[in-house]
Amino acid sequence: MDNNSPELDLVFLAFADSTRRAVLRQLGDGPASVSDLAAPFDMALPPFMKHIRTLENAGLITTEKVGRVRTCELNPEKYTAVEDWLSNQRQQWASRYRKLDQLLQQLKEKDR
Amino acid sequence: MKPDLHYSFQADMQTNRLTIRREFDAPKDLVWDCYTKADLLDQWFAPEPFTAKTKSMAFKEGGHWHFAMVDPDGNEHWVRFDYETITPKDGYHAQDAFSDSDGGINRNMPVSKWDVTFEDATPRTLVQIVSTYETPEALQKVIDMGMQQGMEATLAQLEKLLQTRQ
Repeated sequence: MDNNSPELDLVFLAFADSTRRAVLRQLGDGPASVSDLAAPFDMALPPFMKHIRTLENAGLITTEKVGRVRTCELNPEKYTAVEDWLSNQRQQWASRYRKLDQLLQQLKEKDR
Repeated sequence: MKPDLHYSFQADMQTNRLTIRREFDAPKDLVWDCYTKADLLDQWFAPEPFTAKTKSMAFKEGGHWHFAMVDPDGNEHWVRFDYETITPKDGYHAQDAFSDSDGGINRNMPVSKWDVTFEDATPRTLVQIVSTYETPEALQKVIDMGMQQGMEATLAQLEKLLQTRQ
């Protein structure tokens, strides 16, 4: 990832929506057509295409149109940097708070 | 952790902000103590496999907590929290920065602002931390550092593995 901050904004915007996160997870299993990706969502195609364009503008996915079918693919290099960092942060907080649960339990028993 | 204790971790990437909400099965006074007293903070604040070691603590407005995250090899990573405003038992604002072992803040590294609130949900307590980086560039730098550390950890593991194979 380069240090272009408007670009980074786009990446974060892309991650900020549950539909887009679901699309990214789906694409983790391999390339898929827009209509296949849209199928699980109760959403008209134009707003769904907007999500796809947001992901594409952020560089998280690439798309290619062959005939009438547009196929989407994950751009793994970009995807993993942010996702790794976030999952790392999430794990660190979970780890801290497991320790805090234990500490609070000890303190409560001492109080009794 | 009891399975029904609420935990959420959200990243709002438009505002460079992480929001961590977590419920604890303990009264608010006790949870507050764990966030504000050095001897208690040392027992939980560093995630595995690190341990936290306080060098100095002054929990008051204008005061700071200076501590190290110590890794299993004994390497110290120094951090400094500067307390800006405190509302006893309800919350505090602080600045989270990397520092050196003397407490000097490393200005080349990103800082984040913490807004921590404690909410009574008897018999439980809900704690929310909102951590905000000033700019997308600052957050970018933290992510890049995370990647680098991850890479270094992988390389270190690889080196160990290679040594055992020799």
